Amino acid sequence: MGFKEKCFKKSLWVFHMSAGSCNNCDIEILDCLTPKFDIERFGMKLVGSIRHADVLLVTGIVTRKLLPRIKEVYDQAPKPIVVIAIGACACTGGMFKDSYTFKGPLDTVIPVDAYVPGCPPKPEAMLAGVVKFLNKK
Amino acid sequence: MGKKTLVPLGPYHPLLEEPEFFKLYCDGEIVKEVIWETGYNHRGIEKLCQSKTFEQVFYVVERICGICSTSHPFAYANAVESIPGVEIPERAKYIRSIVGELERVHSHLLWVGLAGHFLGYNTVFMWAWKYREPVLDMFEIITGNRNSYAMFTIGGVRRDISPEQAAQLLKVLDEVERKTTLLVGAVMDDPVIHARLKGVGILTAEDIHDFGAVGPTARASGVDIDVRRDDPYAAYDMIDWKVITANDGDVFAKAEVRLLEMYESISIIKQCLEALKKTEAGDIKVKVKEIPPGIGIGHAEAPRGEVFHFVKSDGGNSPVRHKIRAPSFTCIPTFRRSCVGGTISDAAIATAAVDPCYCCTERMSHVYDYTTGKHIMSAAELIKLSQEKTKNLKAKLKV
Ligand code: SF4
Repeated sequence: MGFKEKCFKKSLWVFHMSAGSCNNCDIEILDCLTPKFDIERFGMKLVGSIRHADVLLVTGIVTRKLLPRIKEVYDQAPKPIVVIAIGACACTGGMFKDSYTFKGPLDTVIPVDAYVPGCPPKPEAMLAGVVKFLNKK
Repeated sequence: MGKKTLVPLGPYHPLLEEPEFFKLYCDGEIVKEVIWETGYNHRGIEKLCQSKTFEQVFYVVERICGICSTSHPFAYANAVESIPGVEIPERAKYIRSIVGELERVHSHLLWVGLAGHFLGYNTVFMWAWKYREPVLDMFEIITGNRNSYAMFTIGGVRRDISPEQAAQLLKVLDEVERKTTLLVGAVMDDPVIHARLKGVGILTAEDIHDFGAVGPTARASGVDIDVRRDDPYAAYDMIDWKVITANDGDVFAKAEVRLLEMYESISIIKQCLEALKKTEAGDIKVKVKEIPPGIGIGHAEAPRGEVFHFVKSDGGNSPVRHKIRAPSFTCIPTFRRSCVGGTISDAAIATAAVDPCYCCTERMSHVYDYTTGKHIMSAAELIKLSQEKTKNLKAKLKV
């Protein structure tokens, strides 16, 4: 088990950052909080500031204007931090890869630990992604 | 007047789902000026559309905004089909309207939840989002995906609605209708919500005309506009429904309009499902061979207001120009009237009241030199320009 996985055995605090997304992935992340999926039963919760977070969920292509801000947010994060790329946009750029504002994909900007593909990934897929990452040997 | 304090909101702020930047200039508690900085989420979609075929553009415009991911394909379909003048089958019209209205239901529920969250009513947030889930499940059953439905195509829709699905949908709608009544009761009868929302963020009909605001924002101020009635498309002129308006223009009126609109949407879907029985199953698409040269204009009423698409074709297989205007583009500037003069604590709900969607609205700004007509984009170029000005001044003043 790696160092990172060892650090994150207990309740994870999650910060969500949109790096130029279409809102869909973001809404599905919020959906994880609501009664049907309710990740709060595992002690996970969304926090308002990156300085409190264990996990950084990033959605969206990295746009030109957001590029420096994303780096800044990552620098402000307490380390170690788990970065999860949510959605096709963050993983590869998806259908926006030819756009003139595309400066990603995310893993060329900040180190990424896990990828959850899908457009948008279902809340179940996001939960499965986190669980898989934590069970990684 | 005293000193003005700047309160920055964003680009990453707990209040905002999307990266946006607001500057609130305040004097004490009172907001004096709101400045909105855009462009963070700009993904160059109009340009991207020009490199896709007419068919593929549907899936790009769907991803402009995830919440109203059917209104953009709707408007685009109206625009593109108006070039060759295609008449789509009646069944496809009904299915389009069903998907459009189902989306309105889920979008309005989402708004009610978020508004509740902003006010500190997290129970309302949880409730509304819980009742939204069956609608999303229904979307998954009908279209194959919870969001981004990929339902529309040129000349019709891609999937039919079977009688079994229709029966299931009816059951879900009855449930949602009951829950809506519950939410309406929770909002309309609560004295605290009255105190928080009445008289807050007022927009008069004049403000609406000044800014060109659309959708529920306009209707809550007594401006009776709705594309579905004023320029009917899909099945909206074949069924019986009414446009909801309110007169106060405050946040409460906007909540009222949205909540009551959900009943209308549910009734529209029910009528469409009834009408589906009379049309032949499977007749959902006409073949469109080519898009001739010409321009097409289409609009649709999204949950947030009028979406407008302009498509220009030169007879090839992709648009040569595609212009999109989303409702938030005209609704967001109304913040300058609705927030100014109120307290900072009301600014959150006054901005949320128009249900702003920033990814729809994103624009890129170009700075360009008047004398040469050249675009100046980078900071380095701007600095160079500034330095040049100083140099010229120095030469003029001979120092
Ligand atoms: S992956 Fe799909 S749903 Fe997610 S932000 Fe990108 S386009 Fe939107």
